[in-house]
Amino acid sequence: MREMRILVVEDDSEAGAYLVKAFREQGHVADHAADGLEGYAAAAEGRYDVLVIDRMLPKLDGLSLISGLREQKIDTPALILSALGQVDDRVRGLRAGGDDYVSKPYAFSELLARVEALARRRGGAKPEETAYRVGDLELDRLAHKVVSAGQEIVLQPREFRLLEYLMKHAGQVVTRTMLLENVWDYHFDPQTNVIDVHISRLRAKIDKGRETPLLHTIRGAGYMIREGAR
Amino acid sequence: MKALARLFRTTAFKLSLAYLVLFGIGAGIVLTRVQIHVEDLFDEQIAQTIDADIRGLAEQYSEGGIRQLVEVVERRVRAPGASLYLVTTFSGELVVGNIAALPPDLPDQSELVEARYQRRGEATAHHRAMMRLFQLPGGFRLLVGHDLNDRKLLRGILGRALVTSLFWLIAIGTLGGIIVARRILARLDKLSASARRIMSGDLEQRLPLMGADDELDRLAGNLNAMLERIEQLMAGLREVSDNIAHDLKTPLTRLRNRADAALRSDSTTEQYREALTDMIEESDALIRIFDALLMIARAEAGYCSDFMGEFDAARVAADIAEMYEPVAEEHGARIELDAAEGLTLRGNRELLGQALVNLVDNALKYGASTPGAAVRVGARRVGDGIEIGVSDRGPGIATKDRDRVIGRFVRLENSRSRPGSGLGLSLAAAVARLHGGTLRIEDNEPGLRVIVSLPATSADATRPTSAPVAPPATGLAAGTSPRAL
Repeated sequence: MREMRILVVEDDSEAGAYLVKAFREQGHVADHAADGLEGYAAAAEGRYDVLVIDRMLPKLDGLSLISGLREQKIDTPALILSALGQVDDRVRGLRAGGDDYVSKPYAFSELLARVEALARRRGGAKPEETAYRVGDLELDRLAHKVVSAGQEIVLQPREFRLLEYLMKHAGQVVTRTMLLENVWDYHFDPQTNVIDVHISRLRAKIDKGRETPLLHTIRGAGYMIREGAR
Repeated sequence: MKALARLFRTTAFKLSLAYLVLFGIGAGIVLTRVQIHVEDLFDEQIAQTIDADIRGLAEQYSEGGIRQLVEVVERRVRAPGASLYLVTTFSGELVVGNIAALPPDLPDQSELVEARYQRRGEATAHHRAMMRLFQLPGGFRLLVGHDLNDRKLLRGILGRALVTSLFWLIAIGTLGGIIVARRILARLDKLSASARRIMSGDLEQRLPLMGADDELDRLAGNLNAMLERIEQLMAGLREVSDNIAHDLKTPLTRLRNRADAALRSDSTTEQYREALTDMIEESDALIRIFDALLMIARAEAGYCSDFMGEFDAARVAADIAEMYEPVAEEHGARIELDAAEGLTLRGNRELLGQALVNLVDNALKYGASTPGAAVRVGARRVGDGIEIGVSDRGPGIATKDRDRVIGRFVRLENSRSRPGSGLGLSLAAAVARLHGGTLRIEDNEPGLRVIVSLPATSADATRPTSAPVAPPATGLAAGTSPRAL
């Protein structure tokens, strides 16, 4: 993942410092703003790739900050952090112009994966491709066909969508909740290993007989599809 | 004085006063009408008497001339009474009678009039009478009248009757008003006193009932029912906070012990790493419990209709069945889907999905122990509503435990050893209530069947209604189900 410029707007200084440090460790540039107004001023310059905004902030709350930015036609992707984390809060956050929503307490790996997905959406801005390719694995979205090493693989509709999402984000960590949200369109906590079981089924189909697998489990984070070992 | 002022301010007193005024006006109208009618009757009788007198006297005159008339009149004049007579010559000179002179302006025609007259031997003409002048053949004039003093007296009597009755009406009415107001005030004072005692913390206290089954009793009865409910909720609150303390402290203690143990021993980096990973897992479990509790609380407090949308409940059932199908396979079980088409529902799709996930998860955990067992996910229309059920062939839940198991953190004895928070069914029940529906636990013969029963148009059901099988629903800390084992 190339370097990202991230603005963290978080009033709790310890949590803010933790995030900034963690993002920097991943090789990104991260700045910290301690209240809503400061965050708005920094974000309004428009030089960040992603904004990570706490929902409850002094001086200007997170949702108002985002709607303010959107009114100024600043469309930097914004991820909302909230201690509330319920369905309606998520809907409110997205309505205000947020692009993603993570509830506290969060796993940093989850946050990072989502921030990277947001940054890529912006940076790449690639139009929806009709086909994806990772190594010798090809997925044709129009023909609904998957070919692995020249052999066509038959996938269930859900497996197809799962693979499609993974390949769209090839080389990127995709978390379980991201999969649940984007492949199944549900936003609750999957609780058990539901996603893992679906992944292992998919893996059995696409990685069968492969020396170096394409679908990798990233420990403590999620999954990634990529060519070869790194 | 202050007490009296308070009394006068009561609704009861004001009402009595209003009735008093109305009755007073009514009584006045009645008595006035009576007076008018009586006077009319009186006047009519006088007129008849005068007419008869005149006829009689005219007969006397035509029989015996002026002489006989004078005789008769003289006789009559001597007798005491209200009758008045006067016979004059054509020029008006008095022949006989008890009136001093013909009143002036008396019409000649034989018409009955009311006029002032002067009695013989009196100085002024201050009496009033009904009289009639009759021309006798031969130029004599005969005046017959009737004094109206009786009528004046009658009018006085009636007037006095009116005043006295109004006086008594007001007196009795005011007294009655005061008595009624005092009675009601006394009862209200009792109710207020009880209410104050309850407010000051004695929640066991109830409002007194008089046993009269009147509106105040009914009000007090309803308030008592409300207090009952509040007390239940308070008890639930205490219970749930106890449960939370217990069920959150247990994993917290584990977490702490883990860190403690890792610190105390001289571990390798690898061991430290392992301990930390464990701790993260433990805290994730805690977070899940918190999330579930919050979700229940939110669902029970009612979502605003903003977050209610139309969706196909059958689709959700199919989604969840599909989502859990591989998981079931891992358990050596399978999921059968039996969903009708197009079960459109207004509600929150996410919450219903979460509820179903909990039910399917439970069914797989407890009900699919035998290989090849099937967990059935069904959705169908029943009457006006929609029922979504999850059934298994496991050991089921004993009838006596079915209500209890919906409570928060309740885990039955035989499931304590397995992972789980004991919140799954509570959440499903809360979601059902949010949609204006209920959660039923039934015997699947053998096995367990849990049914979420929802009204098809739960559009306005943003406020939960309490379900028969579920503990009361209000906020995080409500719930009166017995403590977990």
